[in-house]
Amino acid sequence: MAVPEDKEQDPRIPRIASSIRVVPDFPKKGIMFQDITTLLLDPKAFKDTVDLFVERYTGRDISVVAGVEARGFIFGPPIALAIGAKFIPLRKPRKLPGEVISENYVLEYGTDCLEMHIGAVQPGERALVVDDLIATGGTLCAAMSLLERAGAEVVECACVIELPELKGRERLNGKPLFILMESH
Amino acid sequence: MQLSCSTLRQFFFLRPPRLPSSSPPLFLTPRRRLPSVVRAMASVGSDDRRLSRIASTIRVIHDFPKPGIKFQDITTLLLDPEAFRHTIDMFVERYKDKKISVVAGVEARGFIFGPPISLAIGAKFVPLRKPKKLPGEVIAEEYSLEYGTGIMEMHVGAVHPGERALVIDDLVATGGTLAAAIRLLERVGAEVVECACVIELPELKGRERLNGKPVFVLIEAD
Repeated sequence: MAVPEDKEQDPRIPRIASSIRVVPDFPKKGIMFQDITTLLLDPKAFKDTVDLFVERYTGRDISVVAGVEARGFIFGPPIALAIGAKFIPLRKPRKLPGEVISENYVLEYGTDCLEMHIGAVQPGERALVVDDLIATGGTLCAAMSLLERAGAEVVECACVIELPELKGRERLNGKPLFILMESH
Repeated sequence: MQLSCSTLRQFFFLRPPRLPSSSPPLFLTPRRRLPSVVRAMASVGSDDRRLSRIASTIRVIHDFPKPGIKFQDITTLLLDPEAFRHTIDMFVERYKDKKISVVAGVEARGFIFGPPISLAIGAKFVPLRKPKKLPGEVIAEEYSLEYGTGIMEMHVGAVHPGERALVIDDLVATGGTLAAAIRLLERVGAEVVECACVIELPELKGRERLNGKPVFVLIEAD
């Protein structure tokens, strides 16, 4: 795990980084999967992770934290609660019970779809998108589209881990991305 | 403040949920019907105020996921920061001094309520997931669905023998999911202290499937 060179390393980051487990060949051969469940087993590392995001976003008039199913549901709500924002789950198709808007996005093979409840976000609200990791950026891009279609302003995307070689940042149409660590 | 799940003696009926005037507007879908009555588990003093607020934010969606089902939608609770804060606080107050080291949350809505609780009480959070989602070595437990079976998995090594655990989900219906979660934790030697849910559907008798394990809920719904 590396901290991006242009950032000073917050002293909490090494412990967070060391708590993340890499599982080779998951979900298929050749992929080195960044497993954050081991971070969640270390209460101090988990608390520090949330604190790092909360410190960044407190006092910036953010009223919406949108989390991508399912690992975004783990990091998003604690951030939302701490900054006094609402939490909006962005879900795979047919999971949300009410009326939704949908956004398709491209996977390595084929496409997938992300949904958000209509009316969850009001025009003009300032929003964060939270997920555990950014790889190709496809999911985050779809998440931002949903929020923007509802009239919200996406202030930033926030992830614990970035895989910079997959160039996900370039898919975010210039929206800023905040991460705690990179993995190569 | 003690809340006792085993002495649910006092209920009060709420009017059908309506919006507090200070909250952001919720939307109305063209096909919305009157929500079913939601009863809050009253206990003491200011809990009434918090439970009223929580109950009023839960939306009932009819005929989802199929005709005849009244779906208790907690996403509208999450849109009200104060109600969400009250929900977490009520669980944290109950569990913070009970030496709980594990909060296990059932995918996916248990992932929303479990981590804030675990963070507040200093416990680890363990996600219990559908098959093939967890990347490491897992143990699996089958459970009954209305038609067929489901499978729930937990990482090997996440929980150690003797740890005291909570199971969290948004809602208890038939109890099948919670029963599977309890079995997974007990198989690795943990002690399940309690199951905690925001909502119970008591007519589905989920409590009876839990072999005497206590369940604590904030709200009952028809």
